[in-house]
Amino acid sequence: MSFLRKSVHLLGSVARRQQHLKVIGGAISTAARDYSSKPSEDYANFPGAKAPFVSKLNLIQPEDYAPIPIYRVMDQDGYIADETQDPQLGREVVEKMFRDMVLLNTMDKILYESQRQGRISFYMTNFGEEASHIGSAAALEMRDLIYGQYREAGVLVWRGFRIDQFIDQCYGNTEDLGRGKQMPVHYGSRELNFVTISSPLSTQMPQAVGAAYAMKLKPNNDACVVCYFGEGAASEGDAHAAFNFAATLGSPVILFCRNNGFAISTPSHEQYKGDGIAGRGPMGYGITTIRVDGTDVFAVYNAMKAAREYVLKENKPVVFEALAYRVGHHSTSDDSTAYRPAEEIEVWNSVEHPISKLKRYMVHKGWFDEEVENEYVKDIRKKVLKQIAVSEKKLKPNWREMFEGVYAEMPQHLIEQRTELEKHIEAHKEHYPLKNFEK
Amino acid sequence: MNIKTAQLGHSLHNCIRSNIKCSLGSRSHFTYYPTSLGSGKRMNMFNAINNAMDLALDEDKSALLFGEDVGFGGVFRCSVNLRDKYGSQRVFNTPLCEQGIAGFAIGVANTGATAIAEIQFADYIFPSFDQIVNEAAKYRYRSGGLFDCGSLTFRVPCGAVGHGALYHSQSPEAYFAHTPGLRVVVPRGPIKAKGLILACIRDPNPCIVFEPKTLYRAAVEDVPTEYYTSQLGKADILRHGKDVTLIGWGTQVHVLLEVAETAKLKLNIDCEVIDLVSILPWDTDAICTSAKKTGRVIIAHEAPLTQGFGSELASYIQEKCFLHLEAPVKRVTGWDTPFPHVFEPFYMPDKHRCLSAINDIVNF
Repeated sequence: MSFLRKSVHLLGSVARRQQHLKVIGGAISTAARDYSSKPSEDYANFPGAKAPFVSKLNLIQPEDYAPIPIYRVMDQDGYIADETQDPQLGREVVEKMFRDMVLLNTMDKILYESQRQGRISFYMTNFGEEASHIGSAAALEMRDLIYGQYREAGVLVWRGFRIDQFIDQCYGNTEDLGRGKQMPVHYGSRELNFVTISSPLSTQMPQAVGAAYAMKLKPNNDACVVCYFGEGAASEGDAHAAFNFAATLGSPVILFCRNNGFAISTPSHEQYKGDGIAGRGPMGYGITTIRVDGTDVFAVYNAMKAAREYVLKENKPVVFEALAYRVGHHSTSDDSTAYRPAEEIEVWNSVEHPISKLKRYMVHKGWFDEEVENEYVKDIRKKVLKQIAVSEKKLKPNWREMFEGVYAEMPQHLIEQRTELEKHIEAHKEHYPLKNFEK
Repeated sequence: MNIKTAQLGHSLHNCIRSNIKCSLGSRSHFTYYPTSLGSGKRMNMFNAINNAMDLALDEDKSALLFGEDVGFGGVFRCSVNLRDKYGSQRVFNTPLCEQGIAGFAIGVANTGATAIAEIQFADYIFPSFDQIVNEAAKYRYRSGGLFDCGSLTFRVPCGAVGHGALYHSQSPEAYFAHTPGLRVVVPRGPIKAKGLILACIRDPNPCIVFEPKTLYRAAVEDVPTEYYTSQLGKADILRHGKDVTLIGWGTQVHVLLEVAETAKLKLNIDCEVIDLVSILPWDTDAICTSAKKTGRVIIAHEAPLTQGFGSELASYIQEKCFLHLEAPVKRVTGWDTPFPHVFEPFYMPDKHRCLSAINDIVNF
């Protein structure tokens, strides 16, 4: 009996210490402050939570918590405020960061226009979020597995996905790795460890948690999983599932939220009332959390480095929120000036733009040559335009591939259906666009 | 191993011990007809499932088993002792969230590891419908084969149990039968359950095994203790006959076997009884061969009539066997109502309704 009582006390004091650890920078609750003066005997013995009793009624208000601060390395003029936070990246790496962001931005502009001209059926740009992609991708290893939403093409750019691969996917031609089965921007690459994008929002989140769990069990695992999603997607039930499974089961996964202020037309204040997505991490799910300026490529880089190290060392998840602004329309099917002022967009497209910020940093360093960069942009434009001309002329895969990949092997009923269509097309070929498809 | 499997599959035909009747108490609507292979260890269906998962976890070190309350052995005892044997990293409880279980399982399978996920009752599979239908089923297709989740198996207790009412009785196989990319199977007893589960775990496609929960304890057979698989996509002809084809799956197979026996004794009608086993992809050849032979077909399932899987069978048979049919294809099913509590005896497609349908169809 006495042993039991002792162990209960022990549990209480352990829980109390953990309580302190969970109070993160700037977010100290009044409730937590009250607890600290009480002796550990006051901890209640309910299995559902370890906490002290209080004798005064106190409704815990969201306002009792300070918002989680935003980690920033570089100000909008490209100056590093605290030298200890300078990642000290070499010129070569910074130049790759800059050029990959520019490449993505340039490709986006042209592909967006080509959709407007009816040359591809659909497109989604990445304007304003380039630093979240590149900064995070640069801090990872190629063996780390990526699950994305659809606005993370920069991660692929960093990993070496080529312009022709992007554009071939948008055209669904015979070179498309996805065999023309999905809409444009639904990229995937086995080689680059980037799991194929799908349209249903947040479904990738519990999947990433499962993948991380399975990877954790492999001997000498040194790879983590990163799952990207928007702040709108974080409202889905799957996001809740992912946060909670990752925490309870211990998955080395970085749950990376791109909070860009909008889900199509819905502003974030209609999406949630708490402290963004980061606010859900520490108290809500018991997950270590980081919030960064997503327009600052160095802040994203540093934070991802730390997050990666943490998840692999601890076999626990991290909630990572990168704040940015969706400068472009949601997609080519959207005109965002219908729900937000053009002046607001302009601010984020100039002084607050991630590419401008890095450019200013490079100017201070003496690493920026206007002429060389203009040439680079011109060259990328030329390559993208040329690739569009090439990709749109390429044939689509043989239409019979429509029946392939449903199952690992084609079952009898699909073989029969394919034969039925073969016979039909043979008899009515003039009604089908056969010349555009491989024979 | 393959030879053994093939032999086993073959010997499953004509091996129903039709003279043995189990006493299952007055609440049960069926008499269990065990399959006999002549040897094996006496097991009920949850023992056989436990044995199957034990073999799977032993054979494949990447295999993980998880779901709600799986750790202590499961609410139907299917995973009993497995956590002790394989550790809490491989056999574990998840939070109570079906969409999470399904999504997590897909992710595990994406890495090539084997995922055996349990949804506690088929009635609660709907929160994971999006993950199963939009994600699991389409993974390989949409990625052009770059990624898949083929090493994934869902185990899902289903079907009537006497008093399960709306949310512990459903048979949702037809919802999933409409989803290209999935395999859906239903065992009728311990031997089949073990074979199907092991086959599904090894199959390179996402699979759902709907396990009729009323059979967990009631169905007892001598189950081979070694590793074997049951062929997927293949129906079992359990009783040969020339007059009427009776098609069912799961518990309903046992109702139909009793009906066939009664029809022979009382009406001198020879019924062929087929356990469809696989709902998707299903064995069109076995069904059409039988339908063409007898010219009369009855399909019976517990799920509601409208858009039940019987509709797919009936229309396919009508299309492929039109000139051989002597009567319209008849469906004997649950009614188009939610599954009721106190009215269960009136809801079920029981032996009396099936026998009555035989009478109608031979006198058409």
